[in-house]
Amino acid sequence: MLAAVDWHILWQRIFHPDHVFVLALWRTIYISVCAQALGVLLGLIGALMRMSRFFPLRLLSGAYVLIFRGTPLIVQIFFVYFGANLLFGFTLIPRTVDFGLFQMDGAAFAGIVALGLNEGAYMREIIRAGIDAVDRGQMEAAKSLGMPYPMAMRRIVLPQATRFIIPPLGNEFNSMMKNSSLIFFIGVTELFGDAEIRYSTSFKPVEYFLAVAFWYLVLTTVWSLIQAQIERKLAVSERGDELSFRERVAAAWLPAAMRIRGTP
Amino acid sequence: MLHAEGVVKRFGRLEVLKGVSLEVKPREVVCVIGPSGSGKTTFIRCINHLEKIDAGRIEVNGHLIGYRERNGKLVEDTERNIARQRAEIGMVFQRFNLFPHKTALENVIEAPTHVRGVTKDQAARQGKALLERVGLADKFDTYPGKLSGGQQQRVAIARALAMNPALMLFDEPTSALDPEVIGEVLDVMKSLAIDMGTTMIVVTHEMGFAREAADRMVMMDDGRIIEEAPPAQFFDSPREERTKQFLSKIL
Repeated sequence: MLAAVDWHILWQRIFHPDHVFVLALWRTIYISVCAQALGVLLGLIGALMRMSRFFPLRLLSGAYVLIFRGTPLIVQIFFVYFGANLLFGFTLIPRTVDFGLFQMDGAAFAGIVALGLNEGAYMREIIRAGIDAVDRGQMEAAKSLGMPYPMAMRRIVLPQATRFIIPPLGNEFNSMMKNSSLIFFIGVTELFGDAEIRYSTSFKPVEYFLAVAFWYLVLTTVWSLIQAQIERKLAVSERGDELSFRERVAAAWLPAAMRIRGTP
Repeated sequence: MLHAEGVVKRFGRLEVLKGVSLEVKPREVVCVIGPSGSGKTTFIRCINHLEKIDAGRIEVNGHLIGYRERNGKLVEDTERNIARQRAEIGMVFQRFNLFPHKTALENVIEAPTHVRGVTKDQAARQGKALLERVGLADKFDTYPGKLSGGQQQRVAIARALAMNPALMLFDEPTSALDPEVIGEVLDVMKSLAIDMGTTMIVVTHEMGFAREAADRMVMMDDGRIIEEAPPAQFFDSPREERTKQFLSKIL
């Protein structure tokens, strides 16, 4: 069976990646990072809406999670990119999106939006659980000092909730990198798309898919190292070392960041 | 200073406060005692509107707390106005509730800088003076996690004082402390009461402190105030049978 594998192709794909591949790898990374950032933002807004005293906001937040957690991601990707056009006959996301300073492939943009919307639904639950995990006395103490709710949330509760949010956030990002392969479906040549295109012209699925699996494994492994580093630093800080929160977050990132850049 | 009138508070079907009325004059120190479940903690939480009330009214310095009068009915005030009222009332909690991600000094200057808009330098100067006053001159940059319970509670007192409150509320400030550090917190409270003339309402079972610092004792039972008297009279010849029973249990 194994004799059927063309080891040369596999070897080339892993040890001599060409520039097309590197571009695809880069797409996977930046799309995942942007989509995750969007997801965190939407999750935060959703979590705050969920805790609002104003019923319509709670309803909206609930509906958002219901829909985006309850339907397949690939369907969401399809509707974000083509939905407006097919349903209402207008183009929501053009072929090329112009941000003034730079331009972006419309499909990649749609991919980020769709992945971010989906991620936001999961992040809402994670962020809400993080906020719930902060002792209620913190909000009361802040209020008793005359802080209005938004200020108490921003300055007192959310910084403490971060500690509970970061570990599951790391897992979410791991999933995000792999889920981003689904946007190949709307024509973004990211890591998986690159493999798919090559396989379809060479009819060597085993080689190309094994190679792409290897590269996803590299991405997730690097990320889990960074994640472990961050969590270790945050755990140290819980024991009460004399660093400000901002310094601790910086310290948590710094060694990982230096390792990536290759500086000692 | 404080004018509370017929305050009623219900949690679901349970009526915790059944019409509590209390007057506190400026510079007066009032100690509230009573068995657990008598509503004393709930009552002082109502004073800075950490709990909504179901009937009655509470005024501090002549300002209605938590509500506005509209056509003779009380409606809950806006978040911003309630926050403004709370800034005038200091509160010290049983479990300290210091901000663990901030140093002792940062805890103290947080509200002056962000609520009152005092510059960081000025707030830090006042904050350091306050921490010195509560005996923590060497702990400015220490995080709460590294402080003992007694030290944490003294930071919490300094934090509340930093807003120059007209009224200080203490919710069982020594109940969560180890016995050997209770004294240091009570000493700070005594100096506030006796030397500084701070207006204070203190829920406590520290009878030594009450006898020494209180101008008036208030006994609560089953959601009502059943007896009010100066400490000497209250401890030596209580009027109510319920008060006698309670005192005999805790003294």
